[in-house]
Amino acid sequence: MTTLTIDGQVFDVAPGTTVLEAALANRIDIPRLCYHPDLVPSGGCRLCLVEVEGRPNPQASCGLKCDEGLVVHTQSDRLTALRRDIIDLFVSDHPLRCAVCDKNGACDLQRYAYQYGISETAYDFELSRPLFQEDNPFFVRDHQYCILCNKCVRVCDEIVGANAIEVAGRGFTSHVATPFDGPMVDSACVFCGSCVQVCPTAALLPTSRLRKGREWELTRQRTICGYCGVGCGVEFATQGQQIIYAQGYRAAPVNGEFLCVKGRFGWDFAQHPDRLTQPLVRRDLLEPRPPTADGRPLATATTPTEETVTSDGQRSSVGGPPSAVRGRPSGPGVRRPSVVGRPSADFVPVSWEQALDIIATKLADTVKTHGSDAVAGLSSARCTNEENYLFQKLFRATIGTNNVDHCARLCHSSSVTGLGMAFGSGAMTNPIRDIRNADCILITGSNTAESHPVISYEVVRATKLGANLVIIDPRRVPLVDHATLFLQPKPGTDIYIFLAMAHVILREGWADTAFIAGRTEGFEAFEYSVREVTPQVAALMSGVPAELIEQAARMYALGQRADAPSADGRPQTADGSQTDNTDYALRNTQSIARGHSTILYAMGITQRSNGTELVLTLANLAMLSGQIGKPSTGVNPLRGQSNVQGACDMGALPNVLPGYQPVTDAAKRQAVAQAWDLADLPAQPGITVVEMMHAVLAGKVKAMYVMGENPMLSDPNLTHVEEALRALDFLVVQDIFMSETAQLAHVVLPAASYLEKDGTFTNTERRVQMVAPVLPAPGQSLPDWQIVGQVGEKLEAKLGHAAEKAAAWRYTSTTAIMDEIARVTPSYGGIHHHRLSGEGLTWPCPTDDHPGTPILHTAKFTRGLGKFHAVPVNLPAEQPDADFPLILTTGRILYHYHTGTMTRRSEGLNWRESRGYAEVHPYDAEQAGLRDGGPALVTSRRGQVRTQVRVTDRVPQGTIFLSFHWKEAPANVLTQDFKLDPLAKIPEYKVCAVRIESPKAAAQGKQAAGAVEA
Amino acid sequence: MLSETSRLLLTERLKNYPPDRKASAVIYACYLAQEDNPDHYISQQDVRDIADLLDMDATEVQGVIGFYSLLYEQPMGKYVIHYCNDLPCTLRGADQFLHVLEHKLGISHGETTPDGLFTLEEAMCLGACHRAPCMQINLEFQEFLTDDKVDRIIDMLRAGEPLRANMADAVQLLPQSPLA
Repeated sequence: MTTLTIDGQVFDVAPGTTVLEAALANRIDIPRLCYHPDLVPSGGCRLCLVEVEGRPNPQASCGLKCDEGLVVHTQSDRLTALRRDIIDLFVSDHPLRCAVCDKNGACDLQRYAYQYGISETAYDFELSRPLFQEDNPFFVRDHQYCILCNKCVRVCDEIVGANAIEVAGRGFTSHVATPFDGPMVDSACVFCGSCVQVCPTAALLPTSRLRKGREWELTRQRTICGYCGVGCGVEFATQGQQIIYAQGYRAAPVNGEFLCVKGRFGWDFAQHPDRLTQPLVRRDLLEPRPPTADGRPLATATTPTEETVTSDGQRSSVGGPPSAVRGRPSGPGVRRPSVVGRPSADFVPVSWEQALDIIATKLADTVKTHGSDAVAGLSSARCTNEENYLFQKLFRATIGTNNVDHCARLCHSSSVTGLGMAFGSGAMTNPIRDIRNADCILITGSNTAESHPVISYEVVRATKLGANLVIIDPRRVPLVDHATLFLQPKPGTDIYIFLAMAHVILREGWADTAFIAGRTEGFEAFEYSVREVTPQVAALMSGVPAELIEQAARMYALGQRADAPSADGRPQTADGSQTDNTDYALRNTQSIARGHSTILYAMGITQRSNGTELVLTLANLAMLSGQIGKPSTGVNPLRGQSNVQGACDMGALPNVLPGYQPVTDAAKRQAVAQAWDLADLPAQPGITVVEMMHAVLAGKVKAMYVMGENPMLSDPNLTHVEEALRALDFLVVQDIFMSETAQLAHVVLPAASYLEKDGTFTNTERRVQMVAPVLPAPGQSLPDWQIVGQVGEKLEAKLGHAAEKAAAWRYTSTTAIMDEIARVTPSYGGIHHHRLSGEGLTWPCPTDDHPGTPILHTAKFTRGLGKFHAVPVNLPAEQPDADFPLILTTGRILYHYHTGTMTRRSEGLNWRESRGYAEVHPYDAEQAGLRDGGPALVTSRRGQVRTQVRVTDRVPQGTIFLSFHWKEAPANVLTQDFKLDPLAKIPEYKVCAVRIESPKAAAQGKQAAGAVEA
Repeated sequence: MLSETSRLLLTERLKNYPPDRKASAVIYACYLAQEDNPDHYISQQDVRDIADLLDMDATEVQGVIGFYSLLYEQPMGKYVIHYCNDLPCTLRGADQFLHVLEHKLGISHGETTPDGLFTLEEAMCLGACHRAPCMQINLEFQEFLTDDKVDRIIDMLRAGEPLRANMADAVQLLPQSPLA
């Protein structure tokens, strides 16, 4: 500790702390304009000057490290005079139009001008930079208000890693510029708005807040973002029933102040006119009548009070003019076009009473006629824990089946299975904030910068601090720009690289023998299994040079930093042969000096027909190197949706009850049954998402209840999915929009979005956080927990169960539901709403006084000993051949989320990326005669989509990439569902065989084929 | 586009720096690009090329160019005249020869002659106060200026004489400018 005196008070601070940090931490305010706690100090504004005894000149406290015995004064006449003059200089080139400024009341310059009494400038300059730029729908840039504090430039570089802006010019012409002063969209900008967040003045403002109210007129509400699984805290500023803008806040445990484009700007879908506002029932279901000759129900049966509502939920859905692309977003009066297609069925609005009655009757009839297992349900990774809990309870306790699953099956079921087998717990082992302190980060099968942008900020920070970043991915993902090593295997061959890395680690003696001996089992079989997989073998199979594999193995196993003094590949031993690296020796008492390495992975690993095996391979690497159970290590699956972790935790899976208690475990099952006031629960595991579709067509499932999912776009082999959903006797869909799936439903229920309800989300690092309503739910829509509760109540009655059973479904609040969750879920035992304010809690949290568990497996693994698995080499199920010579891989893009029901109704996001596209390597494009921006047909054995070509070397030759957000070009028409991962039942979205051709060539090909046949 | 020679020079220069610190050579690269360009400036394509060669972002390169007054983003005349208007030069009559220059060239400061030969720019002190008044043409100093000398320098350059330091003086006052 270092001791220093500030303004007469003595403080002990950690070495390396700056004077400004020490002062702020002790509530001593020093004026500052260019300082930000997350950025490297730049010392540019000079406002934070302080007097240091013994030094003649004032010093900038932001860059001044605390020395032992330093005596600092933050106030003096000289400092006041200097600060007044500095503020005056800032004001001299800043318009004093506070009365009409949107930042009035939240402007740092205004605050200091007020504090130091600067009402006008003593310098008579003409204002420079009279430039107002509105070139994107997210934020505006008003250079006149800019004080060149450089915070935006630094945040873009140091945190986001985009480096889109830089100061150009000098003197009075200096300004923050994009390359060649072009529009933002032509720069590397990812529109995360972090620059807007840190701007101290009105130079950068969200477009949505322009002239919409001053600070003191806005109401603030903190909640959790509803997009990906990172679980960022977002603060919404509202006025009346309108969101004015959204921002990050410093206390948010995951993201601090930083958000991505979806979280900060993608909330306007909530008030889109397409929102479902009342329950809808198919007309033919309401008044069954004989169909007319053409098979359509009679359309004359409307009663005078009924209105016809088309399937996009609109009474007047005739599209308005398409909203402006590029340039100004359309104003509030301009109708936004509906993205949902034309009606496929006549829906009639009904009362909640009537809709619930129909649902209860139909479901009860199905159960009575065909048995409980004839009903299946899809829960939602975008609904709260409370809602998922009720949904699976409805199926298990009321209907009596385990046929409940959700889309985690399609993203991380192999993680849940694989990590469960290896460690005993299938979730991220370490917190997100750990990543910034890692020495080596291995990312594989994750396009982190686009799918989990805020986690990529942590990675960028770590690399700026000197960490090594190793990326193993067939696609050249954006983070490669920050990587030390980039290994680009042929799709499907990464398994060889992981095995070869293990081989190298063993061969070179980099394995953590003490860890293996003390904490794991099954090592011998594993060691035997990698003996033959040399880097040379892996190089041959994957196309990655053996040398790179060896380097990756060294960096990962030893946790080497990019700035480490010894990078010559020799193990650093603690016996004196390597003494200059004391930092490592201190951190690790093993014989090998070892830094901290962490593995991040996502769907590139899991969405494979050998997904579980790949996950096991990564777990093997971590245990082999002892890189688990400590800070900044671990095996971390990045989960894709706001509450996908929670939906799994709540047992919205066919084989486990809440808290991953297997349904086959009689003792655990009966304990839950008892809590639910039942004798027992169904013991047979239910069927999974993809199996449900097969079961419908096999006649085994007759009715389905879908809450907040859109299998008509998200599931593999869509043609087959549509066939199945159309074959159902009864389909209920509960959603916020008339999704592609809802269009096939018999009853559609309007739900509240994450902005309109309360409850909890569990993020990818197992942190349970409170969600709070920001807006009222539109029309008659209700939070999902209320809907499920009412369905439960009615269904109990229709099934003839006791009245108490129905009464038990009358939940009064999400708090009460959470208390019930805590009773039946051991890992959530101590989690209650009142404990979740602030940072939330990470499970396992078994008791009310348990502080939560940020890092798993510290002293011992959840399953006791970690288990090595000898993993066979399996390649993707469908390999390219003469007819389908290319490999298709699918994924997300930054500006859209899942099936696009929300993001495609967000003006800004849709402006930035409004059409799907196929990424094609220049060579393949040339071979197929395709041009950049031109049309293309992508065909697999299962179907064909038409899309736009984007020629890029992000994909390797022989591979094309499609994102799955687009209903016009649904990638999942192409993907295969015939070979699932045998254990996790996950389909292989990441690899299937396709061909690509221009529409013209396809037509000619058909003609030629026809001619031959003739 | 950087010429082949410039690329070789740059490659040679990069050996002075660690491989992950290529950005250290950015000013030199900009200087080479500007010398290669017949219009004496760094084009947007040059900025992108330099960024690629040095593992930088185009914005960073542009920021450097914007900061240094001898690196140009716009096409310039063949001869860029920086005349000093700081105090010592002004006391020695700099404002007077500025008028001569403007009259002689038919342009005011910040402009380029229609024949593309001269661009006139203000400069804040060229560091040659002991030889005031002075100006710098491209990188060559012209010192102890008088009306007559200014007149003759312009005539000599128009007549195609090669540019050199103090070209209107019989005796060379300086051997060579340090950057040449």
